Amino acid sequence: MTGFQRNRDYYAGALMAMIGAGAIVEGWSYGVGKLTAMGSGFFPVALGVGLVVMGALMAILRAPAPDAHDGHAVGAPDWRGAAAITASVVLFIALAKSAGLFPAIFACVFVGALGTRTTSLREAALLALAVAVFGVLLFSFGLKIQFPIVRGLI
Amino acid sequence: MDVGLVGLMHGFSVALDPQNLMWCFLGVLIGNMVGVLPGMGVLSTISILLPLTFAMKPVAALLMLSGIYYGAQYGGAICSILLNLPCHPPHAVTCLDGYPMTKQGRGGVALGITMLAAIIGAAFGIIQMIFMAPYIANIAFKFGPQEICSLMLLGLLAGSTLAKGSPVKGVSMTLFGILLSLVGTDVNTGSERFTFGFLEMADGLELVAVSLGLFGIAEFLKSVNGAAPTTPRAVKLGFRDLRPTRQDLRTALPPILRGTFIGSLCSLIPGTGPTIASFIAYATEKKISKTPERFGHGAIEGVASPEASTHSAVQGDFIPTMSLGIPGDAVMALLLGALMIHGIQPGPRLIVEQPDIFWGLIASFWIGNIMLVVLNVPMISIWVKLLSVPYRFLYPTALFFVCIGVFAARNEMFDVAATLAFGAFGYLLLQLGFEPAPILLGFVLGPRLEENFRRSVLLSRGSLATFIDRPISAFFVGACVLLLLAQVVAAVRKAKAPIRVPEAAFD
Repeated sequence: MTGFQRNRDYYAGALMAMIGAGAIVEGWSYGVGKLTAMGSGFFPVALGVGLVVMGALMAILRAPAPDAHDGHAVGAPDWRGAAAITASVVLFIALAKSAGLFPAIFACVFVGALGTRTTSLREAALLALAVAVFGVLLFSFGLKIQFPIVRGLI
Repeated sequence: MDVGLVGLMHGFSVALDPQNLMWCFLGVLIGNMVGVLPGMGVLSTISILLPLTFAMKPVAALLMLSGIYYGAQYGGAICSILLNLPCHPPHAVTCLDGYPMTKQGRGGVALGITMLAAIIGAAFGIIQMIFMAPYIANIAFKFGPQEICSLMLLGLLAGSTLAKGSPVKGVSMTLFGILLSLVGTDVNTGSERFTFGFLEMADGLELVAVSLGLFGIAEFLKSVNGAAPTTPRAVKLGFRDLRPTRQDLRTALPPILRGTFIGSLCSLIPGTGPTIASFIAYATEKKISKTPERFGHGAIEGVASPEASTHSAVQGDFIPTMSLGIPGDAVMALLLGALMIHGIQPGPRLIVEQPDIFWGLIASFWIGNIMLVVLNVPMISIWVKLLSVPYRFLYPTALFFVCIGVFAARNEMFDVAATLAFGAFGYLLLQLGFEPAPILLGFVLGPRLEENFRRSVLLSRGSLATFIDRPISAFFVGACVLLLLAQVVAAVRKAKAPIRVPEAAFD
């Protein structure tokens, strides 16, 4: 068990407390008001206080080890997979309007598929091609989404 | 009772409309498929399809989206029994005895019993909904903002503490979800909150972006290289293998009935969805069995009872969602969100004002469940083949559907980027041992909670005592306190003697 796993309830508590503190600070600037005349900030501040308390409780009651009750333990992050998935979404955002739906789908699926080590370039390309053809048929012709299929051509 | 039957007749006339029938069929088919495919979630499927339903009539949209939910329950059992993969939480316990049965060559029988349990459980759940929902709605008509507020509090508290995982973490996820729902323009004052200068956030965060980030992208990040390799043993199943023997039926029938009952009870308590129902059903069956040692080695009762309870709870879950507007779990929250996007305010008025939706939905449950049995029994060999589609081809395809689905929700690329951000954050939450499902509950209920809270305190001129002055509201507040006390007692007891949770068995 890594140190991260052992201390994860501390990190979890700290994260929640931080979000809570942020909500309090930001909410305060909206004006809290009184119970008789609540401002926009009342609810955010109340939620923020709740989150800070929960964060503290988490650190106090922390489980000595992630047990079965605590959700399934998640393995170490997989950087290749994470990079591929991020790039895949970013490529879709970048390409859909500027280059068209077909290249966007192809890039999105192709790069996404490369996140798995066992998938070869050939397999990824074939999958991407199949999904791109299907996607264009469904979304451009079937549901009339307003992207060009390939910019400049169709 | 008369109202129920008249309403039901009307419902059938709605559900049997050829268009609605087609959407219902499409829904259960997609649901069934998604249920079978390991690693595909109901939540993300409904989120992807949600934007595509904006152009449809609300009735058709709801029939289809609900069809996905209960259809997936049929498919999930196949995955658990044949592959030992608890890909859908409610079916996790089904693995315990279902997979040993497969190893003994009785996987077909297990599936056959599952189908039987499913239809009995679902039928009971639907009947319960026909009679309970209008009754509950009648009571709910008397609710003022105080009651709505304290009931929502109860629902949120139950949803976050009774579900899987640590209650403290569950509550913080709910709080975080409510916080997310506040993003955008405050309806009371018109000032913008938490938009950080992004114009795209002035209308609030997009429901589809939040749910696909937390349950789609985060899930892909988690399992991209870690998904259990699906190596289907050469399972060949046909129509004939499903038939249980007379002896099997005799053993399975009482557990099915008990499971159905447990499921329907669980569905009435807000926040206890099918997953908890199936665990309780399994534990009960094991406890009352004369031969508890058979459990875990292919006892047919261990398949029959949890499956029946899952299906009855899935249908029963619609009761609080439709009659009170308080969802029991994340999927229900999403369906509720879908209704609101279509401009329909869920709550007690729904049954009277939108009889097409309420009764049409119930009638479609009957039709959908029959369709599912027809789909599953003769086509079982096709579903079994589907099991061998590897995850490494599924998730890249799903990535594209996530992107285009989020974009289509309101033609905004910003939302796709937000989805990615939520995905990364959701993955961090998973790493830290959070269960993100309550976020969705808080996100959907948040705005109504704030509105009703403000209204009640305004009416009482700033006195919080208004929540315990009114009897019905006081009852809900009392239930909240009891729930919290029960959590504290459970935590203390757990600290004294570590109890083995059934979940540990398949970790």
